[in-house]
Amino acid sequence: MEWSEKRAEESARIQPRSEAERRPGPIKWRPVSSRVSLPASVQTAPTKRKWLGRWYGLRGSGINPAGFHPSQIPFYLILTPVVAFMLLPIIFIFSTAFKPAEELFVYPPRFFVVNPTLKNFRDLFTLMSTSDVPVSRYLFNSIVVTVISVAASILVSSLAAYALSKKRFGLKQTLFAINTVALMFVPIAVTIPRFLIIARLGLIDSFWAHILPSLAMPVGVFLLKQFMDTVPNEVIEAAQIDGASDLQIYWHIVLPIVRPAIATIAILTFQATWNNADTSAMYINIESLKTFAFYLSTLATTTSGANVVAGQGVAAAAALIMFLPNLIIFMILQSQVMSTMSHSGLKG
Amino acid sequence: MSMLNRFRAWLVREGNAYAFVSPYALLFVVFIVIPVVAAALLSLTYFDTIQFPRFVGLRNYITLLTQDDIFMKYVLPNTIEFAVIVGPGGYALAFLLAWMLAQLPRLPRTVLALILYSPSMTSAVTMAVVWQTLFSGDQNGYLNSFLLSLGIIQEPIQWLQSPQFLMPIMIIVTLWSSMGVGFLAMLAGILEINPELYEAAAIDGISSRWQEIFYITIPSMKPQMLFGAVMSIVGTFQAGSIGVALSGSNPTPRYAGQLIVNHIEDYGFLRYEMGYAAAVSVVLLLMVLFFTRLANRLFRTEEG
Repeated sequence: MEWSEKRAEESARIQPRSEAERRPGPIKWRPVSSRVSLPASVQTAPTKRKWLGRWYGLRGSGINPAGFHPSQIPFYLILTPVVAFMLLPIIFIFSTAFKPAEELFVYPPRFFVVNPTLKNFRDLFTLMSTSDVPVSRYLFNSIVVTVISVAASILVSSLAAYALSKKRFGLKQTLFAINTVALMFVPIAVTIPRFLIIARLGLIDSFWAHILPSLAMPVGVFLLKQFMDTVPNEVIEAAQIDGASDLQIYWHIVLPIVRPAIATIAILTFQATWNNADTSAMYINIESLKTFAFYLSTLATTTSGANVVAGQGVAAAAALIMFLPNLIIFMILQSQVMSTMSHSGLKG
Repeated sequence: MSMLNRFRAWLVREGNAYAFVSPYALLFVVFIVIPVVAAALLSLTYFDTIQFPRFVGLRNYITLLTQDDIFMKYVLPNTIEFAVIVGPGGYALAFLLAWMLAQLPRLPRTVLALILYSPSMTSAVTMAVVWQTLFSGDQNGYLNSFLLSLGIIQEPIQWLQSPQFLMPIMIIVTLWSSMGVGFLAMLAGILEINPELYEAAAIDGISSRWQEIFYITIPSMKPQMLFGAVMSIVGTFQAGSIGVALSGSNPTPRYAGQLIVNHIEDYGFLRYEMGYAAAVSVVLLLMVLFFTRLANRLFRTEEG
């Protein structure tokens, strides 16, 4: 069920309040954010069409049509080859990852796998642990780093976004303007000063070198702040009158409403840290603290890796392990991401 | 005393807000502001990471503009070629794809958008493993084998090692993975537009889909267009390491795929001329700034 529907249902249930509750006096504030029903204009999640409505919808053509219409055929005809091209390398990863050795060696090379096998994955976790660090260790590092980064990034970004969106303070406009300028920041341009700073902070060879740089994410704060702007001030004022502290408002009212934006930040941070091989290459000298993305990039650069036919299968298996979590998380959260993106507008 | 009282009053009024902002602000200063300032300062020095930076004024910039043959002959033209095709080209492609997707019903739209977006979830460096297999230089390479069997080529081509093919492959690979956040933002923006606008426009005499795009769609979603443009500019310059990842060497074969980012790494981490590398970084940041200003001009929202 959409949260907006749930909320509407809850507020309908709670609305007829008892006489005792309406009595004026010091009321201890409770996290019943649903006491305040949101006006229709802020129901940010799109209301889902009825399942059947799609099939006898009124508008068959134009933007966001309700169902199939012959006028859509040209679009399918143009999109299909593009989509096929985009999909090809990804199918290739899947196919190669499950190829047995004899199919990797076959000439001419075959794109699709015929007899899928899990051997490449077994090899990846047993044979390839040559640099005296097992592959599972890289994977473990990646998981730890990514989980901490995502959680910390959500917390740090949303705290800042709450203040920038809902609090009144002197530097508010200035700080948001600076953050908006920083949207165009290209981290790769300042690799060297960043390296010097991380060295000076004593973070070389620690997990923090993987985590901390990714937490300064201007896009995250920007998207969260834009989404929080849609939470009506009346809701927050009502909670303040009821005696809620800033932390309570942030935690019990604002965060639940901006869940789509949080899902988006989670995905962006996930992709930034999970796929990142640079932090391992630059800030980490100890092999056992490097991440899986780095391990995969070494498979590409060492000539004995992907270029030798036997290594292809293992490299593809590693690439698949790299790619799948991205895909699964995005599939789960894609509707939330889309509803965040409709607030992504940037005023010039 | 009154100072103290005023400070207390301020603390009660605004203290919380600053407390909420401070963790992010701290990280922002440490990892974004200080590096940018440090790059600007370092660019005015000679710094070999062993001795303390020595102030040399604008000499690094003068050297860059007058004596750095590789920068002028390869890096700058390469960067401009790459940026112009991948930046505006990828951006236009993202918009057109988003617009076409918006003409489809929800279910196929979601599936197709997911497929188009999924390449951007891969990272260039990790995907290099896959590209190297597909573009492998011997007859066992997939592209070589395919073209050989069709009779288009007579002998295998060293795709990633030959100067004339590296750049096109870099551009294709980057375009492949460029349907990211900006693309999603534009898709969401197109879907948000009130359908009544189109109906009104039809009554006013707008007849073709192209007119619709230029007079209704784009003007109604300028903020998303600008967001997409900024993301596309950043993504383009951020993708600079692709040439090195594909060819497996820095510098790339005969500097064919050398972009400004590789030039920075070449000087910074291979030659340890940090001051000079910082000057190149500053030039890169200025280029991003320039293109973002340009995008800003194009998609400014009047009331904003």
